Amino acid sequence: MSDVVQRGSFELTLRRVLSDRAGMLSLAFIVVLALFAIGADAIAYLVGHSPVEQFRDTGLTPQGLPVPPSPEFLMGTDQLGRDVLVRLAYGARVSLLIGVIASLLAACIGVTVGVLAGYFGGWVDVVLGRLMDFVMSIPVLLCMLSLVSVFGTSIPLSVSVIVFFSWTIMGRVIRGQVMSLREREFVMASRTLGAGHLSIMVIDILPNLSVPIIIYTTMMIPTSIIFESTLSFLGLGIVPPAPSWGGMLSEAANNSIYMFAWWLILFPSVILLLTTLSFNILGDTLRDALDPKANFRPVKMRWRIWPKRSRSKGDAK
Amino acid sequence: MKGDVLLDAKALRKHFTIGGGFFGSGKVVQAVDRIDLEIREGETLSIVGESGCGKSTLARLLLRLIEPTDGEVLLEGRDLTKFGRSEMRRARRDLQMVFQDPFASLNPRATIRDILTEPLRLHGIGTAAERRSRVDDLLRMVGLSPDHARRYPHEFSGGQRQRIGIARALALNPRLIVADEPVSALDVSVQAQVINLLKDLQEELGLAYLVIAHDLTVVRHISDTVAVMYLGRIVEIAPAEELYRAPRHPYTQALLSAIPVPDPAHVASEVRLEGDLPSPVTPPSGCHFHTRCPFATPECAAEVPEARDLGGGHRVLCRRLDEIPAFEMPQDSAAAGPETAYARRLAALEAATARRQAQRREGEATAPAS
Repeated sequence: MSDVVQRGSFELTLRRVLSDRAGMLSLAFIVVLALFAIGADAIAYLVGHSPVEQFRDTGLTPQGLPVPPSPEFLMGTDQLGRDVLVRLAYGARVSLLIGVIASLLAACIGVTVGVLAGYFGGWVDVVLGRLMDFVMSIPVLLCMLSLVSVFGTSIPLSVSVIVFFSWTIMGRVIRGQVMSLREREFVMASRTLGAGHLSIMVIDILPNLSVPIIIYTTMMIPTSIIFESTLSFLGLGIVPPAPSWGGMLSEAANNSIYMFAWWLILFPSVILLLTTLSFNILGDTLRDALDPKANFRPVKMRWRIWPKRSRSKGDAK
Repeated sequence: MKGDVLLDAKALRKHFTIGGGFFGSGKVVQAVDRIDLEIREGETLSIVGESGCGKSTLARLLLRLIEPTDGEVLLEGRDLTKFGRSEMRRARRDLQMVFQDPFASLNPRATIRDILTEPLRLHGIGTAAERRSRVDDLLRMVGLSPDHARRYPHEFSGGQRQRIGIARALALNPRLIVADEPVSALDVSVQAQVINLLKDLQEELGLAYLVIAHDLTVVRHISDTVAVMYLGRIVEIAPAEELYRAPRHPYTQALLSAIPVPDPAHVASEVRLEGDLPSPVTPPSGCHFHTRCPFATPECAAEVPEARDLGGGHRVLCRRLDEIPAFEMPQDSAAAGPETAYARRLAALEAATARRQAQRREGEATAPAS
């Protein structure tokens, strides 16, 4: 006779995450990427190349063109003779750092504004809602261009711009959720118990938002990374010679050098693609796993486009 | 009458404005219209009415979860609606609520222990160890086990969740519990359990209840006083025993005659309602009930009736009270004893057969004519 064990909610969630192969693969990739970024110094030490050093003798052909991948330069060199692998590792640092920090900051602002607007409603909602509309209506690149021309490019400026333009999505989602949560009876129950606004918002409403918060924050990371890459690509983000993925792609596009040196475009774009894809899939997995009412297994045929036809119907035909 | 008056509503009114946005004023709904009530210590007052008649709004007004438009709610003689923040917090301990939907009234992200500790935490009662044992006691009081405390609401059945809701309401040792349709979301078999639990707790703790229901049968056995509401007004309020025996308002009579009686001797009653509940946005003029009342006269549509006191706490809102025939509530056959019940059933069967034959004969007589 075997005992029936009651599993906690956390354990069930963990099991659901672990049973999702795509999610685990994405998580594994993200972990590897994080190690890649953290170990950038170690990589630079191992291959003996600094990210900004120009190897004019070994890293460039006699004609002054970048060299393709070789035992010396595993991912080749760029047009200035710098090691692409090492630059990718340092670029991962910038991308992940900006992606994660900007997303967390944007999530904090979005959640605060969304909860306040949704909970209080009335004029608070009107003011905050119009503020979100206002932010959404600002042309991002024009705004960034003018900011850069005033303050010059820097990482804090990039982060602030990304945060400023990405919290509104979170704010919208949270506001809608709070508006429906606020009307639920357990909020009324807390009021009957004498709970104040802050207590209701923090203890009753916030835990019920954990799922959208986790999912949207995870989904915001790739957007922020892309955003940063876009800015760097346009020369508005990270200051060269500091490496960033967007900057590397931008340099590859200069003078159409990628027509000759395919590795300059392939490696940065593949790593960018895989990073955003992994974070998106991870967000998906978390959404499936965090639903406390979900069964042990998430929906198996996640990619099915047509609804499954029931068997009885099929037999009848 | 049991104890002293605990909660007393005087000419309580609440209207909502619906529609209308930035511009325009929208329409006004009189959800609760000049209601007088009193709830005594240890007593159960039930409010019965169709959905949309304003009974839930009334409950929320009495707990000051929404602010009244007009009128006052006296808690032991002091007006609740004028309480400051800290006074209101203190008053919340005395007035608690059990909700209709046991699926929505518990925070799905909190364990049962969190849910039951919250009231103690909010009011700063006890140390961590004391709170733990209090939660265990509460769970035992409502017939659950302390082992259940670490589970989440979705792991329980509807009846169990409602017990948890009751335990939460009990946590602060309240004197009045407002139960808003406490059993209407539950299976019939579970309804009786929860009603019995409420009854037992009342005896044990001397609680006063305000029970809201849309069905007169549910509250029959727990009520001391029953109030019947129609479109925001109390049309009849009386001691339970009297109301079920001799209802005076045509609406109450209609509600009572709609209760199915498990007795073949029972003949379908004479008072029947036709039509739907009118919209509270555009309530009928005068007596709100005149559109569906079998006894209505043109005056009923013209003038709002005044409540008439029949003594003994029996008040009726009807101007034609004296002309309405007395209503005989069918007696339960089981109460009369098995032999008489059998005899009555036999007699009823014969009567029904005779009636059917008479009808058939009548039908044959009229058929050729048509």
